[in-house]
Amino acid sequence: MHVAHLSLADFRSYARVEVPLDPGVSAFVGPNGQGKTNLVEAIGYLATLGSHRVANDAPLVRAGAGSAIVRAAVEHGERRQTVELEINPGRANRARINRASPVRPRDVLGIVRTVLFAPEDLALVKGDPGERRRFLDELVTARSPRMAGVRQEYDRVLRQRNTLLKSAALARRHGARRTAAGAGAADDLSTLDVWDQHLARAGGELLAHRLDLVTSLEPLTGKAYDQLAPGGGGIGLRYRRGGGEESADALPRTREELYGVLLADLAGARRQEIERGVTLVGPHRDDLLLDLGDLPAKGYASHGESWSYALALRLASYELLRAEGAHGGGDPVLILDDVFAELDATRREKLAELVAPGEQVLVTAAVAEDVPPALAGARFSVSGGTVERR
Amino acid sequence: MYEGVVQDLIDELGRLPGVGPKSAQRIAFHILQADPADVRRLAHVLAEVKDKVRFCVTCGNVAQEEQCRVCQDPRRDLAVICVVEEPKDVVAVERTREFRGRYHVLGGAISPIEGVGPDDLRIRELLARLADGTVTELILATDPNLEGEATATYLARMVKPMGLKVTRLASGLPVGGDLEYADEVTLGRAFEGRRLLDV
Ligand SMILES: Nc1ncnc2c1ncn2[C@@H]1O[C@H](COP(=O)(O)OP(=O)(O)OP(=O)(O)O)[C@@H](O)[C@H]1O
Ligand SMILES: [Mg+2]
Ligand SMILES: [Zn+2]
Repeated sequence: MHVAHLSLADFRSYARVEVPLDPGVSAFVGPNGQGKTNLVEAIGYLATLGSHRVANDAPLVRAGAGSAIVRAAVEHGERRQTVELEINPGRANRARINRASPVRPRDVLGIVRTVLFAPEDLALVKGDPGERRRFLDELVTARSPRMAGVRQEYDRVLRQRNTLLKSAALARRHGARRTAAGAGAADDLSTLDVWDQHLARAGGELLAHRLDLVTSLEPLTGKAYDQLAPGGGGIGLRYRRGGGEESADALPRTREELYGVLLADLAGARRQEIERGVTLVGPHRDDLLLDLGDLPAKGYASHGESWSYALALRLASYELLRAEGAHGGGDPVLILDDVFAELDATRREKLAELVAPGEQVLVTAAVAEDVPPALAGARFSVSGGTVERR
Repeated sequence: MYEGVVQDLIDELGRLPGVGPKSAQRIAFHILQADPADVRRLAHVLAEVKDKVRFCVTCGNVAQEEQCRVCQDPRRDLAVICVVEEPKDVVAVERTREFRGRYHVLGGAISPIEGVGPDDLRIRELLARLADGTVTELILATDPNLEGEATATYLARMVKPMGLKVTRLASGLPVGGDLEYADEVTLGRAFEGRRLLDV
Protein backbone atom coordinates (compact mmCIF):
# COMPACT_ATOMS: atom_id res chain seq x y z
CA MET A 1 0.00 0.00 0.00
CA HIS A 2 1.04 3.62 -0.24
CA VAL A 3 -0.12 7.01 0.96
CA ALA A 4 -1.24 9.07 -2.03
CA HIS A 5 -2.06 12.22 -0.12
CA LEU A 6 -1.45 13.54 3.36
CA SER A 7 -3.36 16.47 4.91
CA LEU A 8 -2.61 17.95 8.29
CA ALA A 9 -4.47 20.60 10.25
CA ASP A 10 -2.99 21.95 13.49
CA PHE A 11 -0.68 18.98 13.79
CA ARG A 12 2.66 19.87 15.50
CA SER A 13 4.19 22.88 13.68
CA TYR A 14 1.70 22.73 10.77
CA ALA A 15 -1.34 24.99 10.70
CA ARG A 16 -2.39 23.36 7.43
CA VAL A 17 -0.48 21.40 4.86
CA GLU A 18 -1.35 19.26 1.84
CA VAL A 19 1.25 16.81 0.56
CA PRO A 20 0.54 14.76 -2.57
CA LEU A 21 2.74 11.66 -2.60
CA ASP A 22 3.75 9.06 -5.17
CA PRO A 23 4.72 5.46 -4.72
CA GLY A 24 8.48 4.86 -4.60
CA VAL A 25 10.97 7.01 -2.73
CA SER A 26 10.20 10.48 -1.38
CA ALA A 27 12.84 12.44 0.47
CA PHE A 28 12.00 15.35 2.80
CA VAL A 29 14.92 17.70 3.13
CA GLY A 30 15.28 20.84 5.22
CA PRO A 31 17.24 22.39 8.07
CA ASN A 32 16.78 21.26 11.67
CA GLY A 33 13.48 22.00 13.33
CA GLN A 34 11.55 22.68 10.11
CA GLY A 35 8.97 19.92 10.43
CA LYS A 36 10.34 16.87 8.58
CA THR A 37 9.87 14.44 11.44
CA ASN A 38 6.47 15.98 12.18
CA LEU A 39 5.28 14.84 8.74
CA VAL A 40 6.34 11.22 9.06
CA GLU A 41 5.20 11.15 12.68
CA ALA A 42 1.68 11.94 11.43
CA ILE A 43 1.72 8.96 9.06
CA GLY A 44 3.06 6.75 11.84
CA TYR A 45 0.21 7.95 14.05
CA LEU A 46 -2.39 6.73 11.54
CA ALA A 47 -0.76 3.30 11.62
CA THR A 48 -0.36 2.87 15.38
CA LEU A 49 -2.62 5.52 17.01
CA GLY A 50 0.44 6.73 18.83
CA SER A 51 3.57 8.77 18.27
CA HIS A 52 7.03 7.24 18.21
CA ARG A 53 8.31 10.28 20.10
CA VAL A 54 5.84 11.02 22.88
CA ALA A 55 3.63 8.89 25.10
CA ASN A 56 0.69 11.31 25.26
CA ASP A 57 -1.05 13.27 22.54
CA ALA A 58 -0.88 16.84 23.83
CA PRO A 59 2.40 17.78 22.07
CA LEU A 60 0.94 16.60 18.75
CA VAL A 61 -1.57 19.45 18.65
CA ARG A 62 -0.22 22.76 17.41
CA ALA A 63 0.41 25.13 20.28
CA GLY A 64 -2.73 27.22 20.79
CA ALA A 65 -5.06 24.87 18.91
CA GLY A 66 -7.57 22.51 20.55
CA SER A 67 -7.32 19.51 18.30
CA ALA A 68 -5.39 18.22 15.31
CA ILE A 69 -6.53 16.43 12.17
CA VAL A 70 -4.47 13.91 10.25
CA ARG A 71 -5.98 12.63 7.01
CA ALA A 72 -4.51 10.31 4.41
CA ALA A 73 -5.68 8.93 1.10
CA VAL A 74 -4.36 5.41 0.89
CA GLU A 75 -4.02 3.27 -2.22
CA HIS A 76 -3.78 -0.44 -2.08
CA GLY A 77 -3.92 -1.95 -5.57
CA GLU A 78 -7.16 -0.71 -7.09
CA ARG A 79 -8.62 0.23 -3.76
CA ARG A 80 -8.56 3.81 -2.52
CA GLN A 81 -9.53 4.73 1.03
CA THR A 82 -9.42 7.86 3.13
CA VAL A 83 -8.63 7.66 6.82
CA GLU A 84 -9.01 10.58 9.13
CA LEU A 85 -8.15 10.99 12.79
CA GLU A 86 -9.06 13.94 14.94
CA ILE A 87 -6.66 14.07 17.86
CA ASN A 88 -8.30 15.50 20.99
CA PRO A 89 -5.88 15.43 23.91
CA GLY A 90 -7.69 14.58 27.13
CA ARG A 91 -10.79 13.47 25.26
CA ALA A 92 -11.58 10.58 22.96
CA ASN A 93 -10.12 10.82 19.47
CA ARG A 94 -12.47 10.60 16.53
CA ALA A 95 -11.90 8.53 13.43
CA ARG A 96 -13.54 8.31 10.04
CA ILE A 97 -13.06 6.05 7.06
CA ASN A 98 -13.99 7.37 3.61
CA ARG A 99 -15.60 10.40 5.23
CA ALA A 100 -18.47 8.27 6.51
CA SER A 101 -19.82 8.60 10.04
CA PRO A 102 -17.32 8.23 12.91
CA VAL A 103 -15.95 4.82 13.88
CA ARG A 104 -13.82 3.73 16.82
CA PRO A 105 -10.20 4.84 16.33
CA ARG A 106 -9.18 1.18 16.65
CA ASP A 107 -11.15 0.41 13.51
CA VAL A 108 -8.75 2.35 11.31
CA LEU A 109 -5.81 0.17 12.33
CA GLY A 110 -4.52 -1.87 9.43
CA ILE A 111 -5.45 0.62 6.70
CA VAL A 112 -2.18 2.53 6.94
CA ARG A 113 0.67 0.18 7.74
CA THR A 114 4.16 1.46 8.43
CA VAL A 115 7.56 0.40 9.60
CA LEU A 116 9.24 3.44 11.06
CA PHE A 117 12.87 3.82 11.94
CA ALA A 118 13.86 6.91 13.93
CA PRO A 119 16.79 7.99 16.11
CA GLU A 120 14.69 7.04 19.16
CA ASP A 121 15.09 3.39 18.12
CA LEU A 122 18.55 3.34 19.63
CA ALA A 123 16.62 2.54 22.79
CA LEU A 124 15.75 -0.85 21.31
CA VAL A 125 19.37 -1.82 21.87
CA LYS A 126 20.35 0.35 24.82
CA GLY A 127 17.06 0.77 26.66
CA ASP A 128 14.98 -1.21 29.14
CA PRO A 129 13.30 -4.56 28.39
CA GLY A 130 10.00 -2.67 28.06
CA GLU A 131 11.25 -1.07 24.83
CA ARG A 132 11.92 -4.47 23.29
CA ARG A 133 8.65 -5.93 24.52
CA ARG A 134 6.81 -3.05 22.87
CA PHE A 135 8.78 -3.62 19.67
CA LEU A 136 7.80 -7.31 19.65
CA ASP A 137 4.18 -6.69 20.55
CA GLU A 138 3.66 -3.98 17.93
CA LEU A 139 5.01 -6.34 15.31
CA VAL A 140 2.97 -9.24 16.62
CA THR A 141 -0.11 -7.03 16.24
CA ALA A 142 0.88 -5.91 12.75
CA ARG A 143 1.14 -9.55 11.69
CA SER A 144 -2.09 -10.53 13.38
CA PRO A 145 -4.45 -7.64 14.27
CA ARG A 146 -6.50 -9.89 16.54
CA MET A 147 -3.57 -9.74 18.96
CA ALA A 148 -4.46 -6.14 19.83
CA GLY A 149 -7.42 -7.58 21.75
CA VAL A 150 -5.32 -10.30 23.38
CA ARG A 151 -2.77 -7.73 24.57
CA GLN A 152 -5.54 -5.60 26.04
CA GLU A 153 -6.98 -8.64 27.74
CA TYR A 154 -3.59 -9.60 29.15
CA ASP A 155 -2.99 -6.12 30.55
CA ARG A 156 -6.41 -6.10 32.16
CA VAL A 157 -6.00 -9.54 33.78
CA LEU A 158 -2.61 -8.43 35.02
CA ARG A 159 -4.10 -5.33 36.66
CA GLN A 160 -6.87 -7.34 38.29
CA ARG A 161 -4.45 -9.98 39.50
CA ASN A 162 -1.93 -7.45 40.83
CA THR A 163 -4.69 -5.60 42.68
CA LEU A 164 -5.78 -8.85 44.29
CA LEU A 165 -2.23 -9.83 45.24
CA LYS A 166 -1.51 -6.39 46.60
CA SER A 167 -4.57 -6.23 48.83
CA ALA A 168 -3.93 -9.79 50.00
CA ALA A 169 -0.32 -8.91 50.83
CA LEU A 170 -1.51 -5.82 52.72
CA ALA A 171 -4.10 -7.79 54.68
CA ARG A 172 -1.45 -10.34 55.52
CA ARG A 173 0.96 -7.73 56.75
CA HIS A 174 -1.68 -6.21 58.99
CA GLY A 175 -1.67 -9.39 61.00
CA ALA A 176 -4.40 -12.00 61.20
CA ARG A 177 -7.13 -11.80 58.62
CA ARG A 178 -10.20 -9.97 59.74
CA THR A 179 -12.60 -12.73 60.56
CA ALA A 180 -15.65 -10.82 59.38
CA ALA A 181 -14.12 -10.56 55.94
CA GLY A 182 -13.41 -14.30 55.87
CA ALA A 183 -13.07 -16.36 52.72
CA GLY A 184 -14.59 -14.72 49.67
CA ALA A 185 -13.89 -11.08 50.43
CA ALA A 186 -12.40 -8.91 47.73
CA ASP A 187 -8.89 -9.46 49.01
CA ASP A 188 -9.38 -13.17 49.42
CA LEU A 189 -7.16 -15.42 47.38
CA SER A 190 -9.84 -17.97 46.54
CA THR A 191 -10.18 -16.36 43.12
CA LEU A 192 -6.46 -16.41 42.39
CA ASP A 193 -6.72 -19.72 40.51
CA VAL A 194 -9.24 -18.11 38.20
CA TRP A 195 -7.00 -15.15 37.43
CA ASP A 196 -4.08 -17.54 36.91
CA GLN A 197 -6.11 -19.36 34.32
CA HIS A 198 -7.02 -16.17 32.46
CA LEU A 199 -3.50 -14.77 32.71
CA ALA A 200 -2.03 -18.00 31.37
CA ARG A 201 -4.53 -18.14 28.54
CA ALA A 202 -3.90 -14.61 27.21
CA GLY A 203 -0.21 -14.87 28.16
CA GLY A 204 0.20 -18.21 26.40
CA GLU A 205 -1.20 -16.81 23.23
CA LEU A 206 0.96 -13.70 23.38
CA LEU A 207 4.02 -15.80 24.17
CA ALA A 208 3.33 -18.17 21.26
CA HIS A 209 3.16 -15.21 18.87
CA ARG A 210 6.31 -13.62 20.28
CA LEU A 211 8.32 -16.84 20.02
CA ASP A 212 7.17 -17.41 16.47
CA LEU A 213 8.07 -13.81 15.63
CA VAL A 214 11.56 -14.08 17.09
CA THR A 215 12.20 -17.25 15.10
CA SER A 216 11.17 -15.51 11.86
CA LEU A 217 12.93 -12.28 12.68
CA GLU A 218 16.37 -13.61 13.59
CA PRO A 219 17.61 -14.64 10.12
CA LEU A 220 16.19 -11.47 8.56
CA THR A 221 17.89 -9.27 11.17
CA GLY A 222 21.16 -11.13 10.62
CA LYS A 223 20.91 -10.58 6.89
CA ALA A 224 20.10 -6.88 7.22
CA TYR A 225 22.95 -6.34 9.70
CA ASP A 226 25.40 -8.12 7.42
CA GLN A 227 24.42 -5.91 4.55
CA LEU A 228 24.76 -2.74 6.60
CA ALA A 229 27.96 -3.78 8.35
CA PRO A 230 29.65 -6.58 6.40
CA GLY A 231 31.84 -8.81 8.53
CA GLY A 232 30.52 -7.16 11.66
CA GLY A 233 29.88 -10.36 13.59
CA GLY A 234 26.82 -12.55 13.83
CA ILE A 235 23.46 -11.46 15.16
CA GLY A 236 21.63 -13.55 17.72
CA LEU A 237 18.13 -12.93 19.06
CA ARG A 238 17.26 -14.81 22.23
CA TYR A 239 13.92 -14.64 23.95
CA ARG A 240 14.37 -14.67 27.71
CA ARG A 241 11.65 -15.30 30.20
CA GLY A 242 11.69 -13.09 33.27
CA GLY A 243 10.10 -15.61 35.61
CA GLY A 244 11.63 -18.93 34.63
CA GLU A 245 15.37 -19.37 34.42
CA GLU A 246 15.46 -21.78 31.50
CA SER A 247 16.13 -20.43 28.00
CA ALA A 248 13.20 -20.11 25.64
CA ASP A 249 14.67 -22.82 23.39
CA ALA A 250 13.30 -25.43 25.75
CA LEU A 251 9.79 -23.97 25.55
CA PRO A 252 7.02 -25.57 23.55
CA ARG A 253 5.57 -23.45 20.75
CA THR A 254 1.82 -23.84 20.74
CA ARG A 255 -0.39 -21.61 22.80
CA GLU A 256 -2.03 -24.60 24.52
CA GLU A 257 1.33 -25.96 25.67
CA LEU A 258 2.49 -22.49 26.70
CA TYR A 259 -0.72 -22.07 28.66
CA GLY A 260 0.34 -25.14 30.63
CA VAL A 261 3.87 -23.84 31.13
CA LEU A 262 2.65 -20.46 32.43
CA LEU A 263 0.11 -22.08 34.70
CA ALA A 264 2.78 -24.32 36.22
CA ASP A 265 5.18 -21.38 36.67
CA LEU A 266 2.46 -19.30 38.33
CA ALA A 267 1.82 -22.15 40.74
CA GLY A 268 5.54 -22.35 41.48
CA ALA A 269 5.84 -18.61 42.10
CA ARG A 270 2.67 -18.29 44.13
CA ARG A 271 4.18 -18.04 47.60
CA GLN A 272 6.63 -15.41 46.51
CA GLU A 273 3.93 -13.51 44.61
CA ILE A 274 1.70 -13.39 47.65
CA GLU A 275 4.56 -12.12 49.79
CA ARG A 276 5.52 -9.41 47.32
CA GLY A 277 1.99 -8.61 46.17
CA VAL A 278 2.78 -8.58 42.47
CA THR A 279 2.72 -10.91 39.45
CA LEU A 280 6.23 -12.24 38.89
CA VAL A 281 5.63 -14.60 35.95
CA GLY A 282 4.43 -13.83 32.45
CA PRO A 283 5.20 -12.07 29.16
CA HIS A 284 5.25 -8.68 30.93
CA ARG A 285 8.51 -9.74 32.61
CA ASP A 286 10.25 -11.11 29.54
CA ASP A 287 13.00 -9.63 27.38
CA LEU A 288 14.55 -10.04 23.98
CA LEU A 289 18.31 -10.46 24.30
CA LEU A 290 20.28 -9.02 21.40
CA ASP A 291 23.67 -10.61 20.82
CA LEU A 292 26.41 -9.31 18.58
CA GLY A 293 29.09 -11.92 18.07
CA ASP A 294 29.61 -13.55 21.45
CA LEU A 295 28.57 -10.52 23.49
CA PRO A 296 25.26 -8.88 24.33
CA ALA A 297 24.79 -5.68 22.32
CA LYS A 298 23.49 -3.82 25.38
CA GLY A 299 26.45 -2.57 27.35
CA TYR A 300 29.04 -3.79 24.82
CA ALA A 301 28.22 -2.63 21.30
CA SER A 302 29.63 0.68 20.05
CA HIS A 303 27.33 3.57 19.17
CA GLY A 304 27.58 2.79 15.44
CA GLU A 305 27.02 -0.92 16.02
CA SER A 306 23.98 -0.25 18.20
CA TRP A 307 22.62 2.09 15.56
CA SER A 308 23.06 -0.50 12.80
CA TYR A 309 21.51 -3.15 15.05
CA ALA A 310 18.39 -1.08 15.70
CA LEU A 311 18.12 -0.29 11.99
CA ALA A 312 18.57 -3.99 11.14
CA LEU A 313 15.67 -4.86 13.48
CA ARG A 314 13.40 -2.39 11.67
CA LEU A 315 14.52 -3.51 8.22
CA ALA A 316 13.91 -7.11 9.23
CA SER A 317 10.41 -6.14 10.43
CA TYR A 318 9.83 -4.53 7.06
CA GLU A 319 11.01 -7.61 5.15
CA LEU A 320 8.85 -9.84 7.31
CA LEU A 321 5.68 -7.80 6.84
CA ARG A 322 6.36 -7.53 3.11
CA ALA A 323 6.88 -11.25 2.78
CA GLU A 324 3.64 -11.87 4.64
CA GLY A 325 1.84 -9.04 2.83
CA ALA A 326 0.30 -11.74 0.69
CA HIS A 327 -2.27 -12.00 3.51
CA GLY A 328 -3.84 -8.92 1.98
CA GLY A 329 -2.35 -5.98 3.84
CA GLY A 330 0.15 -5.16 1.09
CA ASP A 331 3.62 -3.67 1.60
CA PRO A 332 3.86 -1.36 4.57
CA VAL A 333 5.25 2.13 4.06
CA LEU A 334 8.91 2.26 5.10
CA ILE A 335 9.81 5.44 6.96
CA LEU A 336 13.43 6.30 7.68
CA ASP A 337 13.77 9.41 9.81
CA ASP A 338 17.23 10.94 9.92
CA VAL A 339 18.92 7.66 9.18
CA PHE A 340 21.62 8.69 6.72
CA ALA A 341 23.48 11.25 8.80
CA GLU A 342 24.75 8.45 11.06
CA LEU A 343 26.00 6.21 8.26
CA ASP A 344 29.20 6.41 6.21
CA ALA A 345 29.05 6.56 2.40
CA THR A 346 29.32 2.78 1.86
CA ARG A 347 26.55 2.01 4.31
CA ARG A 348 24.34 4.69 2.82
CA GLU A 349 24.71 3.05 -0.59
CA LYS A 350 23.95 -0.35 0.91
CA LEU A 351 20.86 0.91 2.64
CA ALA A 352 19.66 2.66 -0.50
CA GLU A 353 20.02 -0.59 -2.44
CA LEU A 354 18.15 -2.50 0.23
CA VAL A 355 15.12 -0.25 0.47
CA ALA A 356 14.80 1.02 -3.11
CA PRO A 357 12.39 -1.74 -4.26
CA GLY A 358 9.82 -0.96 -1.52
CA GLU A 359 6.39 0.18 -2.66
CA GLN A 360 6.74 3.44 -0.76
CA VAL A 361 9.74 4.71 1.14
CA LEU A 362 9.75 8.06 2.96
CA VAL A 363 13.06 9.44 4.18
CA THR A 364 14.06 12.64 5.95
CA ALA A 365 17.44 14.36 5.97
CA ALA A 366 18.70 17.74 7.07
CA VAL A 367 21.17 17.99 4.16
CA ALA A 368 20.39 16.98 0.59
CA GLU A 369 23.84 15.45 0.13
CA ASP A 370 23.07 12.90 2.84
CA VAL A 371 20.44 11.27 0.66
CA PRO A 372 22.29 8.75 -1.53
CA PRO A 373 21.89 9.45 -5.25
CA ALA A 374 20.94 5.80 -5.74
CA LEU A 375 17.73 6.58 -3.90
CA ALA A 376 16.05 8.14 -6.92
CA GLY A 377 12.60 9.61 -6.45
CA ALA A 378 10.72 12.71 -5.38
CA ARG A 379 12.43 15.42 -3.33
CA PHE A 380 10.51 17.79 -1.08
CA SER A 381 11.91 20.79 0.70
CA VAL A 382 10.53 21.43 4.12
CA SER A 383 10.82 24.82 5.77
CA GLY A 384 8.81 27.00 8.09
CA GLY A 385 5.57 25.01 7.96
CA THR A 386 5.52 24.51 4.18
CA VAL A 387 6.34 21.43 2.12
CA GLU A 388 7.22 21.91 -1.53
CA ARG A 389 8.03 19.39 -4.18
CA ARG A 390 11.12 20.18 -6.17
CA MET B 1 -22.84 27.78 37.11
CA TYR B 2 -26.57 28.28 37.57
CA GLU B 3 -28.39 29.50 40.65
CA GLY B 4 -29.05 27.28 43.64
CA VAL B 5 -31.61 24.59 42.95
CA VAL B 6 -31.09 24.55 39.15
CA GLN B 7 -27.44 23.74 39.65
CA ASP B 8 -28.40 21.14 42.28
CA LEU B 9 -30.63 19.46 39.72
CA ILE B 10 -27.87 19.48 37.08
CA ASP B 11 -25.43 18.03 39.61
CA GLU B 12 -27.83 15.26 40.63
CA LEU B 13 -28.61 14.32 37.04
CA GLY B 14 -24.92 14.36 36.22
CA ARG B 15 -24.34 11.61 38.78
CA LEU B 16 -26.53 9.19 36.83
CA PRO B 17 -24.73 6.61 34.70
CA GLY B 18 -24.22 7.65 31.08
CA VAL B 19 -25.20 11.30 31.73
CA GLY B 20 -22.41 13.80 31.09
CA PRO B 21 -22.46 17.48 32.14
CA LYS B 22 -23.93 18.58 28.79
CA SER B 23 -26.80 16.09 28.86
CA ALA B 24 -27.45 16.87 32.54
CA GLN B 25 -27.91 20.49 31.59
CA ARG B 26 -30.18 19.60 28.68
CA ILE B 27 -32.38 17.35 30.84
CA ALA B 28 -32.54 19.95 33.60
CA PHE B 29 -33.85 22.61 31.24
CA HIS B 30 -36.24 20.16 29.70
CA ILE B 31 -37.67 19.54 33.16
CA LEU B 32 -37.87 23.28 33.88
CA GLN B 33 -39.99 23.81 30.80
CA ALA B 34 -42.11 20.69 31.13
CA ASP B 35 -45.70 20.49 32.28
CA PRO B 36 -45.82 20.48 36.12
CA ALA B 37 -48.04 17.36 36.10
CA ASP B 38 -45.46 15.45 34.06
CA VAL B 39 -42.71 16.41 36.44
CA ARG B 40 -44.77 15.45 39.46
CA ARG B 41 -45.46 12.06 37.93
CA LEU B 42 -41.73 11.52 37.34
CA ALA B 43 -40.91 12.53 40.92
CA HIS B 44 -43.62 10.19 42.17
CA VAL B 45 -42.36 7.06 40.35
CA LEU B 46 -38.82 7.86 41.38
CA ALA B 47 -39.87 7.80 45.04
CA GLU B 48 -42.19 4.83 44.54
CA VAL B 49 -39.60 2.68 42.85
CA LYS B 50 -37.38 3.00 45.86
CA ASP B 51 -40.22 2.21 48.28
CA LYS B 52 -41.95 -0.60 46.47
CA VAL B 53 -39.41 -2.47 44.44
CA ARG B 54 -37.51 -5.15 46.25
CA PHE B 55 -35.26 -7.93 45.26
CA CYS B 56 -36.57 -11.45 44.84
CA VAL B 57 -35.58 -13.57 47.85
CA THR B 58 -34.92 -16.53 45.56
CA CYS B 59 -33.08 -15.17 42.54
CA GLY B 60 -32.20 -11.54 43.30
CA ASN B 61 -34.16 -10.15 40.37
CA VAL B 62 -36.26 -7.01 40.90
CA ALA B 63 -39.65 -7.91 42.34
CA GLN B 64 -42.85 -6.27 43.58
CA GLU B 65 -43.47 -9.00 46.09
CA GLU B 66 -41.32 -11.43 47.98
CA GLN B 67 -40.58 -13.34 44.79
CA CYS B 68 -40.21 -12.03 41.25
CA ARG B 69 -42.61 -12.93 38.45
CA VAL B 70 -40.33 -15.54 36.96
CA CYS B 71 -39.86 -17.37 40.25
CA GLN B 72 -43.64 -17.29 40.88
CA ASP B 73 -44.49 -18.70 37.45
CA PRO B 74 -45.30 -22.43 37.85
CA ARG B 75 -44.66 -23.11 34.14
CA ARG B 76 -40.94 -22.34 34.46
CA ASP B 77 -38.54 -25.26 34.39
CA LEU B 78 -37.05 -25.81 37.84
CA ALA B 79 -34.18 -27.88 36.54
CA VAL B 80 -32.34 -25.04 34.80
CA ILE B 81 -30.86 -21.85 36.22
CA CYS B 82 -29.42 -19.05 34.11
CA VAL B 83 -26.87 -16.99 36.03
CA VAL B 84 -26.61 -13.31 35.11
CA GLU B 85 -24.90 -10.25 36.56
CA GLU B 86 -27.75 -7.75 36.76
CA PRO B 87 -31.58 -7.62 36.68
CA LYS B 88 -31.37 -5.91 33.30
CA ASP B 89 -29.74 -9.07 31.93
CA VAL B 90 -32.86 -11.00 32.96
CA VAL B 91 -34.92 -8.64 30.82
CA ALA B 92 -32.54 -9.18 27.90
CA VAL B 93 -32.70 -12.97 28.10
CA GLU B 94 -36.50 -12.88 28.59
CA ARG B 95 -36.84 -10.92 25.35
CA THR B 96 -35.39 -13.87 23.43
CA ARG B 97 -38.25 -16.14 24.64
CA GLU B 98 -35.74 -18.97 24.30
CA PHE B 99 -35.24 -19.67 27.96
CA ARG B 100 -37.86 -21.43 30.07
CA GLY B 101 -35.89 -21.98 33.26
CA ARG B 102 -35.28 -19.62 36.16
CA TYR B 103 -32.60 -17.04 36.91
CA HIS B 104 -30.01 -16.18 39.46
CA VAL B 105 -28.84 -12.58 39.63
CA LEU B 106 -25.35 -12.19 41.10
CA GLY B 107 -25.39 -8.43 41.47
CA GLY B 108 -22.15 -7.87 39.60
CA ALA B 109 -18.94 -9.63 38.67
CA ILE B 110 -15.69 -10.39 40.46
CA SER B 111 -13.31 -7.45 40.03
CA PRO B 112 -10.50 -6.81 42.53
CA ILE B 113 -9.94 -3.36 40.97
CA GLU B 114 -13.46 -2.36 42.00
CA GLY B 115 -13.11 -4.19 45.30
CA VAL B 116 -15.65 -6.85 44.38
CA GLY B 117 -14.94 -10.37 45.62
CA PRO B 118 -17.07 -13.53 45.62
CA ASP B 119 -18.58 -12.57 48.99
CA ASP B 120 -20.01 -9.39 47.54
CA LEU B 121 -22.01 -11.41 45.01
CA ARG B 122 -24.98 -13.70 45.62
CA ILE B 123 -22.89 -16.82 45.22
CA ARG B 124 -23.70 -18.41 48.58
CA GLU B 125 -27.41 -18.05 47.75
CA LEU B 126 -26.78 -19.79 44.43
CA LEU B 127 -25.02 -22.72 46.09
CA ALA B 128 -27.94 -23.03 48.50
CA ARG B 129 -30.35 -23.29 45.57
CA LEU B 130 -28.27 -26.05 44.04
CA ALA B 131 -28.04 -28.10 47.22
CA ASP B 132 -31.19 -30.24 46.92
CA GLY B 133 -30.44 -31.62 43.44
CA THR B 134 -33.52 -30.21 41.64
CA VAL B 135 -31.32 -28.12 39.39
CA THR B 136 -29.44 -30.16 36.81
CA GLU B 137 -28.17 -27.48 34.45
CA LEU B 138 -26.49 -24.15 35.09
CA ILE B 139 -26.15 -21.67 32.24
CA LEU B 140 -23.50 -19.06 32.91
CA ALA B 141 -24.61 -15.88 31.16
CA THR B 142 -22.29 -13.34 32.76
CA ASP B 143 -21.01 -10.55 30.50
CA PRO B 144 -18.56 -11.55 27.77
CA ASN B 145 -15.81 -9.34 29.20
CA LEU B 146 -12.87 -10.30 31.40
CA GLU B 147 -14.67 -9.89 34.72
CA GLY B 148 -17.71 -11.79 33.47
CA GLU B 149 -15.51 -14.59 32.15
CA ALA B 150 -13.57 -14.76 35.40
CA THR B 151 -16.80 -14.95 37.40
CA ALA B 152 -18.06 -17.74 35.12
CA THR B 153 -14.80 -19.66 35.55
CA TYR B 154 -14.99 -19.22 39.32
CA LEU B 155 -18.57 -20.52 39.45
CA ALA B 156 -17.80 -23.43 37.15
CA ARG B 157 -14.98 -24.47 39.48
CA MET B 158 -17.19 -24.11 42.57
CA VAL B 159 -20.02 -26.28 41.29
CA LYS B 160 -17.85 -28.86 39.55
CA PRO B 161 -18.03 -31.36 42.46
CA MET B 162 -21.84 -31.23 42.27
CA GLY B 163 -21.84 -32.95 38.90
CA LEU B 164 -24.17 -30.45 37.19
CA LYS B 165 -24.20 -29.73 33.51
CA VAL B 166 -22.54 -26.30 33.24
CA THR B 167 -22.70 -24.30 30.02
CA ARG B 168 -21.53 -20.87 28.93
CA LEU B 169 -23.27 -18.71 26.34
CA ALA B 170 -21.44 -18.69 23.02
CA SER B 171 -20.16 -15.27 22.08
CA GLY B 172 -20.30 -14.61 18.42
CA LEU B 173 -21.05 -12.23 15.64
CA PRO B 174 -23.92 -9.79 15.71
CA VAL B 175 -26.68 -10.88 13.35
CA GLY B 176 -27.36 -8.48 10.51
CA GLY B 177 -23.88 -7.02 10.63
CA ASP B 178 -21.10 -7.25 8.09
CA LEU B 179 -18.24 -9.60 8.83
CA GLU B 180 -15.72 -6.96 7.84
CA TYR B 181 -16.95 -4.61 10.54
CA ALA B 182 -16.73 -7.12 13.38
CA ASP B 183 -13.94 -6.24 15.77
CA GLU B 184 -11.06 -8.67 15.97
CA VAL B 185 -11.90 -9.95 19.45
CA THR B 186 -15.48 -10.85 18.53
CA LEU B 187 -14.37 -12.39 15.28
CA GLY B 188 -11.58 -14.29 17.03
CA ARG B 189 -14.02 -15.70 19.61
CA ALA B 190 -16.45 -16.60 16.87
CA PHE B 191 -13.69 -18.56 15.18
CA GLU B 192 -12.93 -20.44 18.36
CA GLY B 193 -16.60 -21.20 18.92
CA ARG B 194 -17.20 -22.37 15.33
CA ARG B 195 -19.40 -25.42 14.85
CA LEU B 196 -19.82 -28.19 12.33
CA LEU B 197 -22.47 -27.67 9.69
CA ASP B 198 -24.67 -30.71 9.22
CA VAL B 199 -25.41 -31.15 5.55
N1 LIG C 1 2.67 21.15 19.20
C1 LIG C 1 3.50 21.96 18.52
N2 LIG C 1 3.09 23.22 18.19
C2 LIG C 1 3.92 24.05 17.50
N3 LIG C 1 5.15 23.71 17.09
C3 LIG C 1 5.60 22.49 17.39
C4 LIG C 1 4.81 21.56 18.11
N4 LIG C 1 5.50 20.41 18.28
C5 LIG C 1 6.69 20.64 17.68
N5 LIG C 1 6.76 21.87 17.15
C6 LIG C 1 7.89 22.47 16.44
O1 LIG C 1 8.25 21.63 15.36
C7 LIG C 1 9.66 21.69 15.20
C8 LIG C 1 10.26 20.32 15.13
O2 LIG C 1 9.85 19.74 13.98
P1 LIG C 1 10.52 18.38 13.53
O3 LIG C 1 10.81 17.53 14.68
O4 LIG C 1 9.66 17.84 12.45
O5 LIG C 1 11.89 18.91 12.95
P2 LIG C 1 12.82 18.25 11.88
O6 LIG C 1 12.62 18.97 10.60
O7 LIG C 1 12.62 16.79 11.86
O8 LIG C 1 14.23 18.62 12.49
P3 LIG C 1 15.56 17.75 12.70
O9 LIG C 1 16.31 17.85 11.42
O10 LIG C 1 16.26 18.49 13.78
O11 LIG C 1 15.16 16.38 13.07
C9 LIG C 1 10.25 22.41 16.39
O12 LIG C 1 10.66 23.68 15.99
C10 LIG C 1 9.09 22.51 17.35
O13 LIG C 1 9.12 23.69 18.08
MG1 LIG D 1 13.70 15.19 12.68
ZN1 LIG E 1 -36.88 -14.55 41.37
